[in-house]
Amino acid sequence: MTTATVTTDQPEPKAEKGPGRAGRAKKRLTGRTASLIALVIALLWTTPTFGLLLSSFRPEGEIKTNGWWNFFTDPAFTFDNYTQVLLSDTSSGRLGSYFFSSLVITIPAVLFPVAFASFAAYALSWIRFKGRDTLFVLIFALQVVPLQMALVPLLQMFQAWFGFEDEQKFIQIWFAHTCFALPFAVFLLHNFMSELPGDVIEAARVDGANHGTIFRKIVLPLVTPALASLTIFQFLWVWNDLLVALVFGNGKETAPMTVRLAELAGSRGEEWQRLTAGAFISIVVPLIVFLALQRYFVRGLLAGSVKG
Amino acid sequence: MDQIDILDELPKFGQLGIGVVAFVLVVGFLLFLVDRLPGFDKGRFAAAVFLFPTVLLLAVGLLFPALRTVWLSFFDKDGESFVGVANYTWMFKDPDIRGVLGNTLIWVIAVPILSAGIGLIYAIMIDRLKVEALAKALVFLPMGISFVGAGIIWRFVYAYKPEGEDQIGLLNQIVVWLGGEPQQWLLNPPWNTFFLIVVMVWIQTGFATVVLSASIKAIPTEIVEAARLDGVNAWQMFWRVTVPSIRPAIVVVLVTMSIAALKLFDLVRTMTAGNFKTSVIANEMYTQAFRLLDKGHGAALAVFLFVLVTPIIFYQVRAMRARREER
Repeated sequence: MTTATVTTDQPEPKAEKGPGRAGRAKKRLTGRTASLIALVIALLWTTPTFGLLLSSFRPEGEIKTNGWWNFFTDPAFTFDNYTQVLLSDTSSGRLGSYFFSSLVITIPAVLFPVAFASFAAYALSWIRFKGRDTLFVLIFALQVVPLQMALVPLLQMFQAWFGFEDEQKFIQIWFAHTCFALPFAVFLLHNFMSELPGDVIEAARVDGANHGTIFRKIVLPLVTPALASLTIFQFLWVWNDLLVALVFGNGKETAPMTVRLAELAGSRGEEWQRLTAGAFISIVVPLIVFLALQRYFVRGLLAGSVKG
Repeated sequence: MDQIDILDELPKFGQLGIGVVAFVLVVGFLLFLVDRLPGFDKGRFAAAVFLFPTVLLLAVGLLFPALRTVWLSFFDKDGESFVGVANYTWMFKDPDIRGVLGNTLIWVIAVPILSAGIGLIYAIMIDRLKVEALAKALVFLPMGISFVGAGIIWRFVYAYKPEGEDQIGLLNQIVVWLGGEPQQWLLNPPWNTFFLIVVMVWIQTGFATVVLSASIKAIPTEIVEAARLDGVNAWQMFWRVTVPSIRPAIVVVLVTMSIAALKLFDLVRTMTAGNFKTSVIANEMYTQAFRLLDKGHGAALAVFLFVLVTPIIFYQVRAMRARREER
């Protein structure tokens, strides 16, 4: 895994001017006690995840009878849990199949809202038309609607449109995720697009470029960081989601990993060896994305985020 | 061991293919419209094309369903006969649901205070350490983990085995090492709610750390230096300089977390499924609407959630604007 650094939009503090008063004062503040407290917090925050990672490499018998810390006194190491989870086709395993469902759900559920929201945000920031501000406020205000408000009627609509009887389809999950993502996505991209320098766009207009060209050739390249941060948000949101998947994809064919893992976690512990490896696989994908692109994620966070 | 059959997975990827092709077609068609058709470049037409998918999806997928939920909250479990405000009186009279509302209140108070508090302390402690970036990343990491994943991670912390057996949960092992009796952490109210809250705090503290750390770095050095010259100690520095200087950021963090706590669903669903008196509004809404198939009760709970969230979000927007102006 990459060692990522958290960077922010804030200007970095000026370099310390030698061991001046402020420098010494700061040292006293971040003295030994402070470092110790920080260390304790860091340990508390990492140990649970580490325990799961270690457990996932322990044999079934060990996982079920003693704690992961026994690994240090009595090490036993195996990849069995991972091969079982990924490859076995028993009724209880087969997490590999759910992993694919997660992928199939996530890709369109990220593409659609990001594209539609960038269209909308462009129109709301750079095309002049009557009622623009009202429309923006309306879309913005929809962020307050918790998605719980939409679940029951939306499910009824899907049942009427797509039918639940025949094979299960992913389209209703994509549709739901796209709708729920749009208010925040439009808001975030509008924040960035509306702050672009107006003279660049005016100049392009004067040169006879139409809105399609300006959107593709000027605006999109300039807001790439914002697009990246929105993409990460939406990816994490969809990949990690349980509620939407439970309501709209609750069946063997369309359920993603989160649904299956939540089910396994609810069982009485017979499947714990699978649970460890399964959980770790489902965690690792977003974590890689997250760590690799953390910079953009943090920028999005600092730009202010509310998600319905 | 039977091997997984990759052929079984093909229909899924077929659907994915259709989805991606549909995406390319829709986006391509819209861009074609604004690009090629004469007249479509006029402001109004271009705006209409650009806004069409968003407005349509929001109307069909969010606005209309939300209004219908309000409507359904005045009807019975099948959504057929009008029952007035019966679903709402049920919500406030039924002792179980009152317990649920009480739990939600505890979440909304405890999660922001604990996460922001720990996040603030941590941000100050690691400020300008050599390993600051790494230290931040460690605490920020849980933000990328799903609630389901976090629930499983913490199951291995809270796991219980009867006294005398080897413990597999870290917390009980520590209790045993200290000479205590192992506990069923997630089974006994009211403390089980507290143990669930710990998990949420674990997830959210990274967010607080990152946002607060950014504003701590933005405090002008002159202010800190001037305070130093006045001879304040670390404690006074914290309360009189640091906290007032980053107050807007603290407000944003507290408010964002209280919204997250209000809407919390996954964690409770995964760890206790709302049993043992740990349910919260969002989980109860799911249980009522999709497990007990009572649309009226589910709708009323959803509307109540909306009523609770709305003022907080308006406040958040104001706080965010204030913070931006201060920069």
